[in-house]
Amino acid sequence: MTARPDIAVVGAGPAGMAAAVAAAEAGAHVMVFDEQPGPGGQIYRAIETPGPAGDAVLGADYAAGRGLSRAFRDSGAEYLPGATVWQVSPDREVGVSVDGRARIIKAGAVIVAGGALERPFPIPGWTLPGVMTAGAAQIALKASGLAAADAVFAGTGPLLYLIVDQYLKAGVPVRAVLETTPWSAYLGALPRLPGALLRAGKLRQGLGYIRAIRDAGVPVIRGVSGLAVAGDGRAERVAYTHGGHRHEIAAEHVFVHQGVVPNVNLTRSIGCRHDWDPAQACWRVATDAWGATDVAGIFAAGDGAHVGGAEAARLGGQLAALGALCTIGRIDAAVRNNRGAPIQHALAWELRPRPFLDALYRPAAADRVPAGDDVVVCRCEEVTAGEVRATAALGCLGPNQLKSFCRAGMGPCQGRLCALTVTELLAEATGRPPDAVGDFRRRPPVKPLRLAELAALEPDDTDGGDAGP
Amino acid sequence: MFTEIATDPGAPTVTIVFEGREIATRAGATVAAALLAAGELHFRDTPVGAERRGPYCLMGVCFDCLVEIDGEPNRQACMATVRDGMRVERQRGAAGIGP
Amino acid sequence: MTAGADAIVVGGGLHGCSAALHLAMRGARVLVLEKDTVARHASGVNAGGVRRLGRDLAEIPLADAAARVWHAIGDLVDDDCGFQPSGQVKIGETEAEMAEMAARVERIRALGFAHEVLIGADELRERLPAVAGHCRGAIVVDGDGHANPFRTTQAFHRKARALGVRFLEGTAVRDLARAGGAWTVDSAAGHSQAPVLVNCAGAWGAAMAAKLGEPVPLSAEAFMLMVTQPMAPFVGPVVGAWGRALSFKQLGNGAVLIGGGHRGLADPDANRAGVDVAGLAASARTAAAIFPVMRHAAVVRAWAGIEGETPDKIPVIGESATAEGAFHAFGFSGHGFQLGPIVGRVVADLVTDGATDLPIEAFRIDRFAN
Repeated sequence: MTARPDIAVVGAGPAGMAAAVAAAEAGAHVMVFDEQPGPGGQIYRAIETPGPAGDAVLGADYAAGRGLSRAFRDSGAEYLPGATVWQVSPDREVGVSVDGRARIIKAGAVIVAGGALERPFPIPGWTLPGVMTAGAAQIALKASGLAAADAVFAGTGPLLYLIVDQYLKAGVPVRAVLETTPWSAYLGALPRLPGALLRAGKLRQGLGYIRAIRDAGVPVIRGVSGLAVAGDGRAERVAYTHGGHRHEIAAEHVFVHQGVVPNVNLTRSIGCRHDWDPAQACWRVATDAWGATDVAGIFAAGDGAHVGGAEAARLGGQLAALGALCTIGRIDAAVRNNRGAPIQHALAWELRPRPFLDALYRPAAADRVPAGDDVVVCRCEEVTAGEVRATAALGCLGPNQLKSFCRAGMGPCQGRLCALTVTELLAEATGRPPDAVGDFRRRPPVKPLRLAELAALEPDDTDGGDAGP
Repeated sequence: MFTEIATDPGAPTVTIVFEGREIATRAGATVAAALLAAGELHFRDTPVGAERRGPYCLMGVCFDCLVEIDGEPNRQACMATVRDGMRVERQRGAAGIGP
Repeated sequence: MTAGADAIVVGGGLHGCSAALHLAMRGARVLVLEKDTVARHASGVNAGGVRRLGRDLAEIPLADAAARVWHAIGDLVDDDCGFQPSGQVKIGETEAEMAEMAARVERIRALGFAHEVLIGADELRERLPAVAGHCRGAIVVDGDGHANPFRTTQAFHRKARALGVRFLEGTAVRDLARAGGAWTVDSAAGHSQAPVLVNCAGAWGAAMAAKLGEPVPLSAEAFMLMVTQPMAPFVGPVVGAWGRALSFKQLGNGAVLIGGGHRGLADPDANRAGVDVAGLAASARTAAAIFPVMRHAAVVRAWAGIEGETPDKIPVIGESATAEGAFHAFGFSGHGFQLGPIVGRVVADLVTDGATDLPIEAFRIDRFAN
């Protein structure tokens, strides 16, 4: 592992695997780093080692990942599972820890394919044990065959229905689905429906889940607002407003979800430019058609760059590989363009339903920016919405000042679970648009690094020179 | 609580110790999965407000499942794999400085 | 054209805010031009050491006067600035180091300052039970400590504003000219005029000085810091080492802040400072060598702040040698935080009285003239 790769890929989900396959096919020396013990990312989590939940429960879309993981295994790309990337420098040095040992690996180009994470869902009680994301419920099911009976699922977005459907296929009873999609979202999405209808199959799939859930007798309550979880040291009940009245359901497990957003910590810490995406209400790294960021040799692909789902991520990974191969001189621009054209065409087709889905599943403003002052915003440092508002009233304009004032965003998650909330809270409090408010600066290490590992990092672990020709 | 949707009696198991309690679990499981399957939701107490917390994301981004594993604090239970005889403790407040 | 001012301060770091505050306290109308935001660079992200220990001999009188201000900082800025007088300790790891340290303490005493005290291994272990077994002793200064740098700079900023100082953030200075006894400063805010110009531009201070025809060989440095996840309390004072770069302290929330002089990559033109992993690794080795319990620590963030460093590592403070009505306070070389409250007063002395009672001869700008 002392060799310097032509291309380093961070993440072995659909984008990272596809990028690695495409780059290795072109003869490049590729190294792939991923934190999990096996390839697949979160969408194809544990694809090689399924637990008790088989394809019958997890569905055909999940099973489709097996082909890609096989191609990835056969590609010749050097794959390091259990590898935590804690830094990528602007000059393409990858800081990574494997088996408790840190090292620095310099690459000719770096493709960041770190995937998405679930949008923060800051409601009263969201920090109580027993409240988890719907994605977490799905990971427990995929990786360990674990499910919690009689849980309440709350929120909005396709994943919410998918996991409920998987629970039901596994024979696990679900207490209720509380849908927070605001009625206005249906109206907002309507004009975008024609574009999406070109991919009617995708939409039908979603409708199928909803029908199956209703057929199973699970109450699906739509237009819910004011979600709150309460309990003594753990989740015991969920309250919500529906039809103008407050209601309450007992539940020990509450799985919340309101869409996924790019995990920008690594691209931010590299110093890449990011823009506010008003449609998805999140930050995304700015790239060209090949995934190239504004930092030379740094590419981004997949849901970590722009949320579009697994197939779009796979195609985006291929494009980033072509871009990276061109940058390091493996292929020229003409070859890149030739090979890339059909992939770009397929990607455009794949993204056809996105504007409709983005509009439909855009979470209500009240679910993104908590109205109550006592709702925890920063889970790590236990900072509430009220404290953020009070700091804004003191004249704090941006997230980085906020950090120094009240520690929001300074914990180990480095803003992953609060940055979007903070930006939108400050935007609301200061009457400025989110892109003017800005985002937390993210600092290396993007994942905590044991001091002992850092101390053991000797100068000769750092390969000098340049892998590019 | 979390339970396995299907059991495989032939699957290899290991035993870990959580807060003094022996927990048998599937080999290869994460510490978080093992504790969840044993009915545990309370993984740590926060340093600021001494609030109970447990796993939230299970994918390594939320840092709410921090536990002490074999004396080493600040370990993400959802990212660590069980090992036979592993000793796991709740992380209470700030990490202890160890022996 | 902005409204009339008696003084224009360039730079909204701690020194700019302090100079503006002290001028306003004497009734001056002050305008501060800050190219980014107040406390954006080294002022907001430094290690926060409030330290007399180990000062250059020329700085000791200033640091000593500053220490008295720090112990009553609330009287000046209506905020305690997070100041913790937990002491400063500089550890010796060998007998040879201990001998050098003893000589240093003697030299300071001869100058009339008694704040630095040499202690042996037993007392060191009493003060720092977690210290490594090989450590032989230390110089300690009781009454030194640490403060929150961002909060401090903001407190000076707020108090200055309360006294009428106007701050224009996001306002970089483009050009300077003096005519008819007044400076005209051209910035994004237009032309501002005042008879007095104060250069507190930190790492960008040399560019200002060059405009006045007195270049200073200032290098922009990115001093790195890293912070760990909270740990149970195990160290009170700020700890340094005689023989290697280290500044080590545990904050109120249990997090440990490690700095001490390793440099990252400063890019003052792009307003960016990057970290250098090799330097961080060296800091980590030193921290773990002096406090073995640190092997359990997890580093959650590392960063760097851009700071101006002079060849002799002491600041430029005083009147311009080439231009009338211009004053400098910059180039603090990584240890200006503690001096902030006093240097603002010195600048105000120079502006309003033409002299100060504190010795600042060593900081003249024309020491670089040949």
